[in-house]
Amino acid sequence: MRYIFKKLGMMIITLLVVSICVFLAFSIIPGDPAMRMLGTEASPELVEQTRQEMGLNDPVLVRYFKWFLGFIRGDFGISYNYKVPVGGMVLSKVPITLTMAVMAFILTVLISIPLGITTAKHENSLLDRCLTVINQVIMAIPPFFSGILITFIFGMIFRFFTPGGFVSYTTDLGKFIRYLFFPSLAIALPKISMTVRMLRGSLIDESQKDYTRTAYSRGNNTDGVLYRHVLKNAMIPVITFLGMALADMVAGSIVIEQVFGIPGISRILLTSISNRDYPVVEAIIMGIAVIVILVNFLVDVIYRIIDPRIGLEDE
Amino acid sequence: MSNPGKAFKRNIRENPYLLAGMIITALILLMILVGIFWTPYDPTQMNSAEKLQGISLRHIMGTDNMGRDVFSRVMYGSRITLLIAIGTVAIGTIVGTAIGAVTGYFGGMMDEILMRIIDALFAFPSILLALVIVSVFGTGWIQLLVALGIAFVPSYARIVRGEFLRCRNMDYVENARLQGVSDLRMIFVHILPNIKGVLASSILIGFNNAVLAEAGLSYLGVGSQPPYASLGKMLSDAQQYMFTTPSYVLCPGIVIVLMVLGFAFLGEGISRWK
Repeated sequence: MRYIFKKLGMMIITLLVVSICVFLAFSIIPGDPAMRMLGTEASPELVEQTRQEMGLNDPVLVRYFKWFLGFIRGDFGISYNYKVPVGGMVLSKVPITLTMAVMAFILTVLISIPLGITTAKHENSLLDRCLTVINQVIMAIPPFFSGILITFIFGMIFRFFTPGGFVSYTTDLGKFIRYLFFPSLAIALPKISMTVRMLRGSLIDESQKDYTRTAYSRGNNTDGVLYRHVLKNAMIPVITFLGMALADMVAGSIVIEQVFGIPGISRILLTSISNRDYPVVEAIIMGIAVIVILVNFLVDVIYRIIDPRIGLEDE
Repeated sequence: MSNPGKAFKRNIRENPYLLAGMIITALILLMILVGIFWTPYDPTQMNSAEKLQGISLRHIMGTDNMGRDVFSRVMYGSRITLLIAIGTVAIGTIVGTAIGAVTGYFGGMMDEILMRIIDALFAFPSILLALVIVSVFGTGWIQLLVALGIAFVPSYARIVRGEFLRCRNMDYVENARLQGVSDLRMIFVHILPNIKGVLASSILIGFNNAVLAEAGLSYLGVGSQPPYASLGKMLSDAQQYMFTTPSYVLCPGIVIVLMVLGFAFLGEGISRWK
Protein backbone atom coordinates (compact mmCIF):
# COMPACT_ATOMS: atom_id res chain seq x y z
CA MET A 1 0.00 0.00 0.00
CA ARG A 2 2.80 2.39 0.88
CA TYR A 3 4.23 1.84 -2.55
CA ILE A 4 0.95 2.86 -4.18
CA PHE A 5 0.66 5.98 -2.03
CA LYS A 6 4.20 6.94 -2.87
CA LYS A 7 3.51 6.54 -6.56
CA LEU A 8 0.28 8.51 -6.15
CA GLY A 9 2.21 11.34 -4.52
CA MET A 10 4.78 11.32 -7.32
CA MET A 11 1.98 11.37 -9.87
CA ILE A 12 0.43 14.45 -8.28
CA ILE A 13 3.79 16.23 -8.18
CA THR A 14 4.38 15.37 -11.83
CA LEU A 15 0.95 16.70 -12.74
CA LEU A 16 1.68 19.96 -10.92
CA VAL A 17 5.01 20.35 -12.68
CA VAL A 18 3.40 19.65 -16.05
CA SER A 19 0.69 22.22 -15.41
CA ILE A 20 3.26 24.84 -14.38
CA CYS A 21 5.35 24.14 -17.49
CA VAL A 22 2.34 24.37 -19.81
CA PHE A 23 1.06 27.52 -18.13
CA LEU A 24 4.44 29.26 -18.19
CA ALA A 25 5.10 28.26 -21.80
CA PHE A 26 1.89 29.91 -22.90
CA SER A 27 2.26 33.00 -20.77
CA ILE A 28 5.70 33.95 -22.10
CA ILE A 29 4.39 34.13 -25.65
CA PRO A 30 4.58 37.68 -26.93
CA GLY A 31 1.25 39.27 -27.77
CA ASP A 32 -1.72 40.39 -25.72
CA PRO A 33 -4.57 37.87 -25.42
CA ALA A 34 -7.09 40.65 -24.92
CA MET A 35 -5.92 42.23 -28.16
CA ARG A 36 -6.22 38.86 -29.89
CA MET A 37 -9.79 38.49 -28.74
CA LEU A 38 -10.89 41.98 -29.72
CA GLY A 39 -8.86 42.47 -32.85
CA THR A 40 -6.33 45.22 -33.55
CA GLU A 41 -9.00 47.88 -34.14
CA ALA A 42 -10.21 47.89 -30.52
CA SER A 43 -9.85 51.07 -28.45
CA PRO A 44 -7.23 51.05 -25.65
CA GLU A 45 -9.97 51.49 -23.01
CA LEU A 46 -11.87 48.45 -24.22
CA VAL A 47 -8.64 46.41 -24.29
CA GLU A 48 -7.84 47.51 -20.75
CA GLN A 49 -11.34 46.59 -19.59
CA THR A 50 -11.13 43.18 -21.21
CA ARG A 51 -7.71 42.62 -19.67
CA GLN A 52 -9.27 43.36 -16.30
CA GLU A 53 -12.17 40.97 -16.96
CA MET A 54 -9.86 38.21 -18.15
CA GLY A 55 -7.71 38.72 -15.06
CA LEU A 56 -4.62 39.42 -17.14
CA ASN A 57 -3.50 42.20 -14.80
CA ASP A 58 -3.14 39.81 -11.87
CA PRO A 59 0.28 38.53 -10.91
CA VAL A 60 1.41 35.33 -12.64
CA LEU A 61 0.93 33.19 -9.55
CA VAL A 62 -2.69 34.28 -9.07
CA ARG A 63 -3.42 33.67 -12.74
CA TYR A 64 -1.86 30.22 -12.52
CA PHE A 65 -4.00 29.22 -9.54
CA LYS A 66 -7.15 30.52 -11.20
CA TRP A 67 -6.35 28.61 -14.35
CA PHE A 68 -5.41 25.46 -12.46
CA LEU A 69 -8.54 25.49 -10.25
CA GLY A 70 -10.64 26.11 -13.34
CA PHE A 71 -8.98 23.16 -15.02
CA ILE A 72 -9.82 20.85 -12.12
CA ARG A 73 -13.44 21.99 -12.16
CA GLY A 74 -13.62 21.37 -15.90
CA ASP A 75 -13.60 25.04 -16.86
CA PHE A 76 -10.94 25.36 -19.54
CA GLY A 77 -11.45 29.01 -20.42
CA ILE A 78 -12.86 30.60 -23.54
CA SER A 79 -11.54 30.18 -27.06
CA TYR A 80 -10.05 33.41 -28.44
CA ASN A 81 -11.27 32.68 -31.92
CA TYR A 82 -14.71 31.20 -31.50
CA LYS A 83 -15.62 32.94 -28.21
CA VAL A 84 -17.15 29.72 -26.87
CA PRO A 85 -16.05 27.66 -23.82
CA VAL A 86 -13.17 25.37 -24.73
CA GLY A 87 -14.68 22.44 -22.82
CA GLY A 88 -17.66 22.09 -25.12
CA MET A 89 -15.49 22.44 -28.22
CA VAL A 90 -13.06 19.75 -27.22
CA LEU A 91 -15.11 17.22 -25.27
CA SER A 92 -17.32 16.19 -28.18
CA LYS A 93 -14.16 15.15 -30.07
CA VAL A 94 -12.59 13.18 -27.25
CA PRO A 95 -14.52 9.93 -27.93
CA ILE A 96 -13.24 9.84 -31.53
CA THR A 97 -9.58 10.12 -30.61
CA LEU A 98 -9.89 7.85 -27.57
CA THR A 99 -11.77 5.14 -29.51
CA MET A 100 -8.99 5.15 -32.06
CA ALA A 101 -6.24 4.93 -29.45
CA VAL A 102 -8.01 2.15 -27.54
CA MET A 103 -8.71 0.18 -30.73
CA ALA A 104 -5.06 0.52 -31.71
CA PHE A 105 -4.07 -0.70 -28.26
CA ILE A 106 -6.39 -3.73 -28.43
CA LEU A 107 -5.06 -4.57 -31.90
CA THR A 108 -1.50 -4.34 -30.60
CA VAL A 109 -2.16 -6.67 -27.67
CA LEU A 110 -4.20 -9.17 -29.70
CA ILE A 111 -1.68 -9.45 -32.52
CA SER A 112 1.67 -8.96 -30.85
CA ILE A 113 1.43 -11.30 -27.85
CA PRO A 114 0.61 -14.50 -29.79
CA LEU A 115 3.19 -13.53 -32.45
CA GLY A 116 5.83 -12.83 -29.81
CA ILE A 117 5.22 -16.19 -28.14
CA THR A 118 5.32 -18.05 -31.46
CA THR A 119 8.56 -16.45 -32.60
CA ALA A 120 10.21 -17.10 -29.23
CA LYS A 121 9.05 -20.74 -29.22
CA HIS A 122 10.51 -21.33 -32.66
CA GLU A 123 13.63 -19.26 -32.22
CA ASN A 124 15.78 -19.02 -35.35
CA SER A 125 13.20 -20.78 -37.51
CA LEU A 126 12.42 -19.39 -40.94
CA LEU A 127 9.26 -17.72 -39.60
CA ASP A 128 11.21 -16.10 -36.80
CA ARG A 129 13.87 -14.74 -39.12
CA CYS A 130 11.35 -13.41 -41.62
CA LEU A 131 9.36 -11.74 -38.87
CA THR A 132 12.49 -10.13 -37.42
CA VAL A 133 13.25 -8.48 -40.76
CA ILE A 134 9.60 -7.53 -41.36
CA ASN A 135 9.51 -5.98 -37.89
CA GLN A 136 12.55 -3.86 -38.66
CA VAL A 137 10.98 -2.64 -41.88
CA ILE A 138 7.64 -1.83 -40.24
CA MET A 139 9.39 0.08 -37.47
CA ALA A 140 11.11 2.20 -40.12
CA ILE A 141 7.83 3.30 -41.72
CA PRO A 142 6.52 6.55 -40.26
CA PRO A 143 2.92 5.97 -39.05
CA PHE A 144 1.51 8.56 -41.41
CA PHE A 145 3.15 6.90 -44.38
CA SER A 146 1.70 3.53 -43.40
CA GLY A 147 -1.59 5.40 -43.08
CA ILE A 148 -1.23 6.63 -46.66
CA LEU A 149 -0.30 3.13 -47.83
CA ILE A 150 -3.27 1.61 -45.99
CA THR A 151 -5.61 4.15 -47.59
CA PHE A 152 -4.12 3.27 -50.94
CA ILE A 153 -4.29 -0.53 -50.54
CA PHE A 154 -7.48 -1.03 -48.53
CA GLY A 155 -9.32 2.10 -49.57
CA MET A 156 -8.55 2.30 -53.28
CA ILE A 157 -7.63 -1.19 -54.42
CA PHE A 158 -9.78 -3.40 -52.18
CA ARG A 159 -12.37 -0.74 -51.37
CA PHE A 160 -12.92 -1.91 -47.78
CA PHE A 161 -13.65 1.67 -46.80
CA THR A 162 -14.13 5.03 -48.46
CA PRO A 163 -11.16 7.33 -47.85
CA GLY A 164 -12.44 10.56 -46.32
CA GLY A 165 -15.88 9.04 -45.70
CA PHE A 166 -15.82 9.45 -41.93
CA VAL A 167 -19.11 8.74 -40.13
CA SER A 168 -19.64 10.24 -36.68
CA TYR A 169 -20.42 7.96 -33.74
CA THR A 170 -23.68 9.81 -33.19
CA THR A 171 -25.07 8.82 -36.60
CA ASP A 172 -23.91 5.22 -37.01
CA LEU A 173 -21.76 3.49 -34.42
CA GLY A 174 -21.03 0.44 -36.58
CA LYS A 175 -19.78 2.46 -39.54
CA PHE A 176 -17.83 4.71 -37.16
CA ILE A 177 -15.93 1.73 -35.74
CA ARG A 178 -15.44 0.25 -39.19
CA TYR A 179 -13.95 3.45 -40.51
CA LEU A 180 -11.69 3.85 -37.48
CA PHE A 181 -10.35 0.30 -37.83
CA PHE A 182 -7.90 1.28 -40.57
CA PRO A 183 -6.44 4.37 -38.88
CA SER A 184 -6.09 2.29 -35.71
CA LEU A 185 -4.19 -0.32 -37.69
CA ALA A 186 -1.83 2.40 -38.94
CA ILE A 187 -1.19 3.55 -35.37
CA ALA A 188 -0.80 0.00 -34.09
CA LEU A 189 1.59 -1.35 -36.75
CA PRO A 190 4.91 0.01 -35.40
CA LYS A 191 3.85 -0.76 -31.82
CA ILE A 192 3.03 -4.34 -32.80
CA SER A 193 6.51 -4.77 -34.24
CA MET A 194 8.17 -3.30 -31.17
CA THR A 195 6.09 -5.43 -28.80
CA VAL A 196 6.76 -8.66 -30.73
CA ARG A 197 10.48 -7.92 -30.69
CA MET A 198 10.47 -7.09 -27.03
CA LEU A 199 8.36 -10.06 -25.90
CA ARG A 200 10.51 -12.41 -27.97
CA GLY A 201 13.71 -11.11 -26.41
CA SER A 202 12.27 -11.14 -22.93
CA LEU A 203 10.90 -14.71 -23.29
CA ILE A 204 14.23 -16.01 -24.56
CA ASP A 205 16.06 -14.29 -21.69
CA GLU A 206 13.73 -15.75 -19.08
CA SER A 207 13.80 -19.24 -20.56
CA GLN A 208 17.54 -19.40 -19.91
CA LYS A 209 17.16 -18.84 -16.18
CA ASP A 210 17.44 -21.43 -13.46
CA TYR A 211 13.78 -21.56 -12.50
CA THR A 212 12.88 -22.63 -16.03
CA ARG A 213 15.21 -25.61 -15.77
CA THR A 214 13.72 -26.47 -12.38
CA ALA A 215 10.23 -26.31 -13.85
CA TYR A 216 11.27 -28.66 -16.66
CA SER A 217 12.94 -31.05 -14.25
CA ARG A 218 9.70 -31.40 -12.34
CA GLY A 219 8.21 -32.94 -15.47
CA ASN A 220 6.34 -30.00 -17.00
CA ASN A 221 6.08 -29.90 -20.76
CA THR A 222 7.13 -26.89 -22.84
CA ASP A 223 3.72 -25.22 -22.90
CA GLY A 224 3.26 -25.72 -19.17
CA VAL A 225 6.57 -24.06 -18.38
CA LEU A 226 5.98 -21.33 -20.91
CA TYR A 227 2.50 -20.29 -19.86
CA ARG A 228 2.67 -20.95 -16.12
CA HIS A 229 6.19 -19.75 -15.35
CA VAL A 230 8.14 -17.96 -18.07
CA LEU A 231 5.41 -15.82 -19.59
CA LYS A 232 4.54 -14.20 -16.27
CA ASN A 233 8.07 -12.94 -15.75
CA ALA A 234 8.63 -12.10 -19.39
CA MET A 235 5.55 -9.89 -19.46
CA ILE A 236 6.91 -7.38 -16.92
CA PRO A 237 9.01 -5.25 -19.29
CA VAL A 238 6.38 -5.70 -21.99
CA ILE A 239 3.69 -4.23 -19.74
CA THR A 240 5.79 -1.12 -19.11
CA PHE A 241 6.27 -0.79 -22.80
CA LEU A 242 2.57 -1.27 -23.55
CA GLY A 243 1.73 1.42 -21.01
CA MET A 244 4.05 3.86 -22.72
CA ALA A 245 2.72 2.72 -26.09
CA LEU A 246 -0.88 3.49 -25.08
CA ALA A 247 0.18 7.00 -24.14
CA ASP A 248 2.06 7.32 -27.42
CA MET A 249 -0.97 6.16 -29.36
CA VAL A 250 -3.07 9.01 -28.00
CA ALA A 251 -0.44 11.43 -29.27
CA GLY A 252 0.23 9.43 -32.44
CA SER A 253 -3.42 9.68 -33.39
CA ILE A 254 -2.84 13.42 -34.01
CA VAL A 255 -0.94 12.66 -37.20
CA ILE A 256 -3.10 9.72 -38.25
CA GLU A 257 -6.32 11.71 -37.89
CA GLN A 258 -4.88 14.14 -40.36
CA VAL A 259 -4.05 11.36 -42.85
CA PHE A 260 -7.53 9.84 -42.77
CA GLY A 261 -9.41 13.14 -42.52
CA ILE A 262 -10.96 12.36 -39.15
CA PRO A 263 -12.38 15.39 -37.33
CA GLY A 264 -10.98 14.45 -33.92
CA ILE A 265 -8.84 16.30 -31.39
CA SER A 266 -6.06 16.71 -33.92
CA ARG A 267 -7.91 19.03 -36.23
CA ILE A 268 -8.83 21.42 -33.40
CA LEU A 269 -5.31 21.28 -32.02
CA LEU A 270 -3.68 22.10 -35.35
CA THR A 271 -6.07 24.90 -36.29
CA SER A 272 -5.72 26.33 -32.78
CA ILE A 273 -1.94 26.26 -33.06
CA SER A 274 -1.96 28.09 -36.38
CA ASN A 275 -4.60 30.58 -35.15
CA ARG A 276 -2.71 31.03 -31.86
CA ASP A 277 -5.85 30.11 -29.94
CA TYR A 278 -3.94 29.29 -26.77
CA PRO A 279 -6.68 28.33 -24.28
CA VAL A 280 -7.69 25.50 -26.64
CA VAL A 281 -4.09 24.36 -27.11
CA GLU A 282 -3.48 24.46 -23.35
CA ALA A 283 -6.59 22.43 -22.61
CA ILE A 284 -5.79 19.73 -25.17
CA ILE A 285 -2.14 19.47 -24.16
CA MET A 286 -3.03 19.26 -20.48
CA GLY A 287 -5.74 16.71 -21.24
CA ILE A 288 -3.33 14.43 -23.10
CA ALA A 289 -0.68 14.88 -20.39
CA VAL A 290 -3.19 13.87 -17.71
CA ILE A 291 -4.10 10.73 -19.66
CA VAL A 292 -0.44 9.84 -20.13
CA ILE A 293 0.42 10.36 -16.46
CA LEU A 294 -2.63 8.36 -15.31
CA VAL A 295 -1.69 5.48 -17.60
CA ASN A 296 1.85 5.51 -16.23
CA PHE A 297 0.50 5.40 -12.68
CA LEU A 298 -1.77 2.46 -13.53
CA VAL A 299 1.18 0.65 -15.08
CA ASP A 300 3.14 1.10 -11.84
CA VAL A 301 0.23 -0.34 -9.84
CA ILE A 302 -0.31 -3.29 -12.21
CA TYR A 303 3.42 -3.94 -12.03
CA ARG A 304 3.31 -4.25 -8.30
CA ILE A 305 0.39 -6.69 -8.48
CA ILE A 306 2.16 -8.92 -11.00
CA ASP A 307 5.54 -8.83 -9.33
CA PRO A 308 5.38 -8.13 -5.58
CA ARG A 309 9.17 -7.78 -5.48
CA ILE A 310 9.00 -4.43 -7.27
CA GLY A 311 9.29 -1.42 -5.02
CA LEU A 312 10.25 -3.47 -1.95
CA GLU A 313 13.57 -1.70 -1.56
CA ASP A 314 11.73 1.60 -1.29
CA GLU A 315 9.91 0.53 1.86
CA MET B 1 43.02 -10.08 -33.78
CA SER B 2 46.17 -10.78 -35.79
CA ASN B 3 44.63 -9.36 -38.93
CA PRO B 4 42.01 -6.73 -38.23
CA GLY B 5 41.09 -6.38 -41.92
CA LYS B 6 40.33 -10.07 -42.26
CA ALA B 7 38.40 -10.18 -39.01
CA PHE B 8 36.37 -7.22 -40.17
CA LYS B 9 35.55 -8.96 -43.45
CA ARG B 10 34.48 -12.14 -41.69
CA ASN B 11 32.37 -10.17 -39.25
CA ILE B 12 30.62 -8.41 -42.10
CA ARG B 13 29.87 -11.68 -43.87
CA GLU B 14 28.36 -13.19 -40.75
CA ASN B 15 26.42 -10.07 -40.03
CA PRO B 16 23.92 -9.37 -42.82
CA TYR B 17 22.32 -6.55 -40.82
CA LEU B 18 25.53 -4.57 -40.68
CA LEU B 19 26.15 -5.08 -44.38
CA ALA B 20 22.61 -4.08 -45.35
CA GLY B 21 22.73 -1.10 -43.03
CA MET B 22 26.03 0.09 -44.44
CA ILE B 23 24.86 -0.25 -48.04
CA ILE B 24 21.53 1.52 -47.49
CA THR B 25 23.07 4.33 -45.42
CA ALA B 26 25.88 4.78 -47.94
CA LEU B 27 23.38 5.10 -50.80
CA ILE B 28 21.29 7.67 -48.93
CA LEU B 29 24.36 9.66 -47.90
CA LEU B 30 25.68 9.52 -51.47
CA MET B 31 22.37 10.88 -52.74
CA ILE B 32 22.45 13.71 -50.21
CA LEU B 33 26.10 14.56 -50.87
CA VAL B 34 25.61 14.63 -54.64
CA GLY B 35 22.49 16.73 -54.07
CA ILE B 36 24.58 19.47 -52.47
CA PHE B 37 26.54 20.02 -55.70
CA TRP B 38 24.27 18.77 -58.44
CA THR B 39 20.62 17.94 -58.92
CA PRO B 40 19.13 16.80 -62.24
CA TYR B 41 16.77 19.78 -62.22
CA ASP B 42 16.39 22.89 -60.10
CA PRO B 43 14.24 21.63 -57.17
CA THR B 44 12.12 24.79 -57.19
CA GLN B 45 11.74 25.26 -60.93
CA MET B 46 8.14 24.79 -62.06
CA ASN B 47 7.18 23.48 -65.45
CA SER B 48 3.51 23.59 -66.34
CA ALA B 49 4.00 21.30 -69.33
CA GLU B 50 5.15 18.39 -67.21
CA LYS B 51 2.76 18.25 -64.25
CA LEU B 52 2.19 15.03 -62.30
CA GLN B 53 4.15 12.71 -64.54
CA GLY B 54 4.90 9.16 -63.54
CA ILE B 55 8.30 7.53 -63.47
CA SER B 56 10.21 8.00 -66.71
CA LEU B 57 13.77 8.30 -67.95
CA ARG B 58 13.48 12.07 -67.98
CA HIS B 59 12.23 12.21 -64.40
CA ILE B 60 13.24 9.07 -62.54
CA MET B 61 10.80 9.78 -59.70
CA GLY B 62 8.26 11.65 -61.81
CA THR B 63 7.13 15.23 -61.31
CA ASP B 64 4.84 16.92 -58.79
CA ASN B 65 1.70 19.00 -59.16
CA MET B 66 3.73 22.04 -60.23
CA GLY B 67 5.88 20.13 -62.67
CA ARG B 68 8.93 20.10 -60.39
CA ASP B 69 11.25 17.12 -60.58
CA VAL B 70 10.53 14.88 -57.58
CA PHE B 71 13.99 13.31 -57.50
CA SER B 72 15.68 16.71 -57.24
CA ARG B 73 13.28 17.66 -54.49
CA VAL B 74 13.88 14.39 -52.67
CA MET B 75 17.64 15.03 -52.85
CA TYR B 76 17.11 18.43 -51.31
CA GLY B 77 14.45 17.32 -48.86
CA SER B 78 16.45 14.43 -47.44
CA ARG B 79 19.27 16.90 -46.76
CA ILE B 80 16.90 19.00 -44.63
CA THR B 81 15.54 15.91 -42.91
CA LEU B 82 19.04 14.63 -42.17
CA LEU B 83 20.24 18.02 -40.88
CA ILE B 84 17.25 18.35 -38.57
CA ALA B 85 17.76 14.80 -37.32
CA ILE B 86 21.47 15.41 -36.64
CA GLY B 87 20.74 18.73 -34.94
CA THR B 88 18.00 17.20 -32.83
CA VAL B 89 20.16 14.34 -31.65
CA ALA B 90 23.06 16.73 -31.00
CA ILE B 91 20.95 19.04 -28.81
CA GLY B 92 19.30 16.11 -27.06
CA THR B 93 22.58 14.33 -26.40
CA ILE B 94 24.61 17.32 -25.26
CA VAL B 95 22.00 18.91 -23.01
CA GLY B 96 20.67 15.55 -21.84
CA THR B 97 24.14 14.25 -21.01
CA ALA B 98 25.00 17.42 -19.11
CA ILE B 99 21.83 17.25 -17.03
CA GLY B 100 22.07 13.50 -16.52
CA ALA B 101 25.74 13.68 -15.54
CA VAL B 102 25.29 16.48 -13.04
CA THR B 103 22.17 15.02 -11.41
CA GLY B 104 23.48 11.48 -11.38
CA TYR B 105 26.91 12.44 -10.09
CA PHE B 106 26.01 14.96 -7.39
CA GLY B 107 22.53 13.76 -6.40
CA GLY B 108 20.79 15.64 -3.60
CA MET B 109 18.20 18.35 -3.81
CA MET B 110 19.02 19.53 -7.33
CA ASP B 111 18.72 15.96 -8.56
CA GLU B 112 15.23 15.67 -7.08
CA ILE B 113 14.03 18.94 -8.60
CA LEU B 114 15.56 18.40 -12.03
CA MET B 115 14.35 14.82 -12.21
CA ARG B 116 10.78 15.82 -11.37
CA ILE B 117 10.89 18.31 -14.25
CA ILE B 118 12.44 15.70 -16.53
CA ASP B 119 9.78 13.19 -15.50
CA ALA B 120 7.09 15.72 -16.25
CA LEU B 121 8.59 16.37 -19.69
CA PHE B 122 9.00 12.64 -20.22
CA ALA B 123 5.28 12.21 -19.62
CA PHE B 124 4.75 14.14 -22.83
CA PRO B 125 5.02 12.13 -25.99
CA SER B 126 7.84 13.90 -27.87
CA ILE B 127 5.66 14.83 -30.84
CA LEU B 128 3.29 16.65 -28.49
CA LEU B 129 6.11 18.45 -26.68
CA ALA B 130 7.50 19.57 -30.02
CA LEU B 131 4.05 20.82 -31.04
CA VAL B 132 3.83 22.90 -27.85
CA ILE B 133 7.24 24.43 -28.48
CA VAL B 134 6.46 25.11 -32.11
CA SER B 135 3.19 26.76 -31.14
CA VAL B 136 5.10 28.99 -28.74
CA PHE B 137 7.98 29.93 -31.04
CA GLY B 138 6.24 29.74 -34.41
CA THR B 139 6.78 27.44 -37.39
CA GLY B 140 9.92 27.00 -39.46
CA TRP B 141 12.72 24.49 -39.63
CA ILE B 142 14.93 26.15 -37.02
CA GLN B 143 12.06 26.21 -34.52
CA LEU B 144 11.32 22.60 -35.40
CA LEU B 145 14.94 21.66 -34.74
CA VAL B 146 15.00 23.38 -31.37
CA ALA B 147 11.60 21.92 -30.47
CA LEU B 148 12.60 18.37 -31.30
CA GLY B 149 15.95 18.86 -29.59
CA ILE B 150 14.28 19.90 -26.35
CA ALA B 151 11.78 17.07 -26.70
CA PHE B 152 14.67 14.60 -26.90
CA VAL B 153 16.52 15.91 -23.83
CA PRO B 154 14.55 13.98 -21.16
CA SER B 155 15.26 10.51 -22.50
CA TYR B 156 19.01 11.15 -22.75
CA ALA B 157 19.08 12.77 -19.33
CA ARG B 158 17.41 9.70 -17.86
CA ILE B 159 19.74 7.23 -19.52
CA VAL B 160 22.89 9.15 -18.60
CA ARG B 161 21.73 9.74 -15.03
CA GLY B 162 21.12 6.03 -14.58
CA GLU B 163 24.59 5.21 -15.86
CA PHE B 164 26.22 7.83 -13.62
CA LEU B 165 24.34 6.48 -10.61
CA ARG B 166 25.67 3.03 -11.45
CA CYS B 167 29.26 4.20 -11.94
CA ARG B 168 29.40 6.74 -9.11
CA ASN B 169 30.48 4.29 -6.45
CA MET B 170 32.61 1.97 -8.55
CA ASP B 171 36.16 1.25 -7.50
CA TYR B 172 37.84 3.17 -10.29
CA VAL B 173 35.89 6.30 -9.37
CA GLU B 174 36.80 5.93 -5.69
CA ASN B 175 40.38 5.42 -6.72
CA ALA B 176 40.44 8.55 -8.85
CA ARG B 177 38.75 10.50 -6.07
CA LEU B 178 41.47 9.50 -3.62
CA GLN B 179 44.00 10.82 -6.07
CA GLY B 180 42.32 14.21 -5.82
CA VAL B 181 40.59 14.35 -9.20
CA SER B 182 38.19 17.28 -9.45
CA ASP B 183 34.47 16.70 -9.98
CA LEU B 184 34.48 18.17 -13.48
CA ARG B 185 37.40 16.04 -14.57
CA MET B 186 35.81 13.01 -12.96
CA ILE B 187 32.61 13.49 -14.96
CA PHE B 188 34.17 14.12 -18.34
CA VAL B 189 37.46 12.24 -18.27
CA HIS B 190 36.74 9.29 -16.01
CA ILE B 191 33.06 8.37 -16.11
CA LEU B 192 31.85 9.62 -19.49
CA PRO B 193 34.19 7.41 -21.58
CA ASN B 194 32.93 4.41 -19.64
CA ILE B 195 29.33 4.91 -20.67
CA LYS B 196 30.00 5.59 -24.35
CA GLY B 197 28.58 2.23 -25.41
CA VAL B 198 25.19 2.96 -23.88
CA LEU B 199 25.28 6.48 -25.26
CA ALA B 200 26.18 5.32 -28.78
CA SER B 201 23.27 2.92 -29.07
CA SER B 202 20.83 5.49 -27.73
CA ILE B 203 22.16 8.01 -30.25
CA LEU B 204 21.41 5.61 -33.11
CA ILE B 205 17.91 4.93 -31.80
CA GLY B 206 17.41 8.65 -31.18
CA PHE B 207 18.47 9.39 -34.72
CA ASN B 208 15.73 7.17 -36.11
CA ASN B 209 13.16 8.66 -33.77
CA ALA B 210 14.27 12.11 -34.86
CA VAL B 211 13.81 11.32 -38.56
CA LEU B 212 10.37 9.86 -37.86
CA ALA B 213 9.34 12.74 -35.60
CA GLU B 214 10.58 15.35 -38.06
CA ALA B 215 8.67 13.67 -40.87
CA GLY B 216 5.52 13.53 -38.74
CA LEU B 217 5.72 17.17 -37.69
CA SER B 218 6.55 18.38 -41.19
CA TYR B 219 3.61 16.34 -42.38
CA LEU B 220 1.46 18.37 -40.01
CA GLY B 221 2.88 21.49 -41.62
CA VAL B 222 4.90 22.97 -38.78
CA GLY B 223 8.35 22.39 -40.27
CA SER B 224 10.21 23.74 -43.29
CA GLN B 225 8.22 26.19 -45.38
CA PRO B 226 7.75 26.27 -49.17
CA PRO B 227 9.29 26.34 -51.74
CA TYR B 228 11.87 24.03 -50.14
CA ALA B 229 10.38 21.04 -48.44
CA SER B 230 11.58 18.26 -46.20
CA LEU B 231 10.45 14.72 -46.97
CA GLY B 232 7.51 14.83 -44.54
CA LYS B 233 6.20 18.07 -46.07
CA MET B 234 6.51 16.58 -49.55
CA LEU B 235 4.38 13.65 -48.45
CA SER B 236 1.64 15.85 -47.06
CA ASP B 237 1.63 17.89 -50.30
CA ALA B 238 1.58 14.70 -52.35
CA GLN B 239 -1.15 12.83 -50.50
CA GLN B 240 -4.04 14.27 -52.50
CA TYR B 241 -2.44 13.15 -55.78
CA MET B 242 -2.01 9.58 -54.56
CA PHE B 243 -4.60 8.17 -56.94
CA THR B 244 -3.45 10.01 -60.04
CA THR B 245 0.34 9.90 -59.56
CA PRO B 246 1.33 7.24 -57.00
CA SER B 247 5.03 7.79 -57.69
CA TYR B 248 4.84 11.31 -56.24
CA VAL B 249 3.75 9.87 -52.87
CA LEU B 250 5.69 6.64 -52.86
CA CYS B 251 9.15 7.99 -53.73
CA PRO B 252 9.63 10.44 -50.80
CA GLY B 253 7.99 7.92 -48.48
CA ILE B 254 10.30 5.12 -49.50
CA VAL B 255 13.33 7.38 -49.07
CA ILE B 256 12.27 8.11 -45.46
CA VAL B 257 11.78 4.41 -44.82
CA LEU B 258 15.21 3.58 -46.30
CA MET B 259 16.88 6.31 -44.26
CA VAL B 260 15.45 4.97 -40.99
CA LEU B 261 15.93 1.36 -42.00
CA GLY B 262 19.59 1.93 -42.85
CA PHE B 263 20.33 3.28 -39.41
CA ALA B 264 18.16 0.64 -37.72
CA PHE B 265 20.10 -2.12 -39.47
CA LEU B 266 23.39 -0.44 -38.55
CA GLY B 267 22.32 -0.34 -34.92
CA GLU B 268 21.20 -3.96 -35.00
CA GLY B 269 24.46 -4.94 -36.72
CA ILE B 270 26.61 -3.12 -34.17
CA SER B 271 24.76 -4.75 -31.28
CA ARG B 272 25.47 -8.18 -32.84
CA TRP B 273 29.14 -7.30 -33.41
CA LYS B 274 31.38 -9.88 -31.83
